[in-house]
Amino acid sequence: MARTITYREAINEAIAQEMARDERVIVMGEDNVGGTGSPGEMDAWGGVLGVTKGLYGRFPDRVMDTPISESAFVGAAIGAATGGLRPVVELMFIDFMGVCFDQIFNQAAKFRYMFGGRAVTPVVIRTMWGAGLRAAAQHSQSLLPVFTHIPGLKVAAPSNPYDAKGLLIQAIRDDDPVIFAEHKMLYDTSGDVPEDSYALPFGEADVRREGDDVTIVAIGRMVGTALEAADELAGSGISAAVVDPRTTSPLDLDTILELVEDSGRLVVVDESNPRCSLASDIGAQVAQEAFGALRAPIQLVTGPHTPVPFADSLEDLFIPDASRVAAAVKTAVDWTK
Amino acid sequence: MTGTLSSPTAQELTPDELLEAYRTMRTIRAFEERVHDEFAGGDIPGFVHLYAGEEASATGVCSHLDDRDAIASTHRGHGHCIAKGVEVKPMMAEIYGKLTGSCHGKGGSMHIADLSKGMLGANGIVGGGPPLICGRALASQKRGDGGVGVAFFGDGASNQGTTLESLNLATIWNLPAIFVAENNGYAEATSSSWSVATDDIADRAAAFGMPGVIVDGFDFFAVHEAAGEAVARARAGGGPTLIEVKFTRYYGHFEGDQQLYRADEVAHARENLDCLKRFRARVTADGQLDAAQLDRIDADVAALIEEAVAEAKAAPKPGADDLLTDVYVSY
Repeated sequence: MARTITYREAINEAIAQEMARDERVIVMGEDNVGGTGSPGEMDAWGGVLGVTKGLYGRFPDRVMDTPISESAFVGAAIGAATGGLRPVVELMFIDFMGVCFDQIFNQAAKFRYMFGGRAVTPVVIRTMWGAGLRAAAQHSQSLLPVFTHIPGLKVAAPSNPYDAKGLLIQAIRDDDPVIFAEHKMLYDTSGDVPEDSYALPFGEADVRREGDDVTIVAIGRMVGTALEAADELAGSGISAAVVDPRTTSPLDLDTILELVEDSGRLVVVDESNPRCSLASDIGAQVAQEAFGALRAPIQLVTGPHTPVPFADSLEDLFIPDASRVAAAVKTAVDWTK
Repeated sequence: MTGTLSSPTAQELTPDELLEAYRTMRTIRAFEERVHDEFAGGDIPGFVHLYAGEEASATGVCSHLDDRDAIASTHRGHGHCIAKGVEVKPMMAEIYGKLTGSCHGKGGSMHIADLSKGMLGANGIVGGGPPLICGRALASQKRGDGGVGVAFFGDGASNQGTTLESLNLATIWNLPAIFVAENNGYAEATSSSWSVATDDIADRAAAFGMPGVIVDGFDFFAVHEAAGEAVARARAGGGPTLIEVKFTRYYGHFEGDQQLYRADEVAHARENLDCLKRFRARVTADGQLDAAQLDRIDADVAALIEEAVAEAKAAPKPGADDLLTDVYVSY
């Protein structure tokens, strides 16, 4: 039975249900319990934004605090995954990949291939991404393109509570290493989520809105922004489809191509920096595979080629909003040779 | 807490165990010397880093390990593989980049692995192994199976943050982990006497609240004794140990290294310190083994290496069908 719960609660519920189902699942990260060795209460934090709150009480032997040593504990999670556990490790902010990236991209991602198919590394690396929290340049990035680039990793970026639960359950059950990217601005958003456990397959896009004139592909928080733009455009007589890939690796290019074959126009919305981005990647693949169907240049709506600024006046300019998406759609629709 | 073990007085190894240790060390030596020759002949592609001279370390440590236990290795990993039981013929084929190799030709010398043997891979990243071994030790701790994890790493990796973070993590989680710092005197071409800030790598153990031990890496019995204590402590829930093994490598950082940075220490070590010579002298002097038994092993090993090279050279290379496989379990 579905209830309305938050994105944060959906993630917590997914972990709890998998821990109850499979005793190989362990949780570790900075303050994931919150309070280990401290004079006050255990589970004081349950993660820096409270996502793992309460898990320690139910599974005290399987939820672990770590020192602030991302290389050691992300690497330990990867090593433990090769040794039969199914760790869910938290790399608090995606920006912190810089202090532990070797363990992710040179170790976890490559074991299976470079060991000739003889390794299985079922680790989930949960991490917060995205701008909007006035957290400035080192706590606001959208580095999904970096992970998506790397063969051997899977990357999930849920845009709503229902997808968050189903994709995380799939991530935990998956035998490959998964980067599970939680957009920090979505934690308090709500939606209908079944109580029962369910897994959503990777590589299956969700067409969130049908539309004939243009296909908008949006990722993470930008799905909501694209839907807002589509509502706005409907008032101007423009019918926009909105597609959420849900996972960027694997990417459901087929669904995107089918829609573009019909609409002839593509707008890709991603808050990442523009160069070598998800927007440029999806745009390039569509240009290569469906050039004949295109009736207008592909429009990419991204953040600028800058770090994420602190001041709210600047950060609000950095993040694509519905009016920018709508403007890009109008450029595509109005385009003539 | 740093101590030195160089001349243990009591050994409880059976003749069979001694023969096995000798066979392992001889296999590593013969494997590496043959790879050295084959590389010089131009038949082996890529980067190759040889373990010759260091055999007592891998052998002395791994002789305490069983199927529960995992090791992580380094770019200089052939010896660790052989000591942990990885088959020699697939190893040789892997170095030649052949389909019959341990990793079907996709890994090469720097990535030979056999997870079924608890060998988590040679590793092309200096300092890549210690975090992974914390994880293997954690998995054993959670399962309660008594298994331990052993991270072999070099003096170069002793300066990596990954290694230092792992020492700290292993202590605070009380992990059944052993960190074996193989100090062969050089990180590539740079002396460890310059690059390591402390006198000894083992000194760093105190900073992370674990025992630190220095052993003569040319002495199998010294390594065996120190590792035995560390493994027993880890299995009993007593936490991690840092063992520094001191020796020198007989070849360059990689094959092709002209070694202009070195003095004449290799000739001295080969003549006076060599682990195989010392082992042979000791066990025959003690009357535990006779020279003929050891000679038979030498001959067996020579034949095995000869076959391994011949089969590797004759084996097929991986083809286009293999390029895209085994990136994911499913995708």
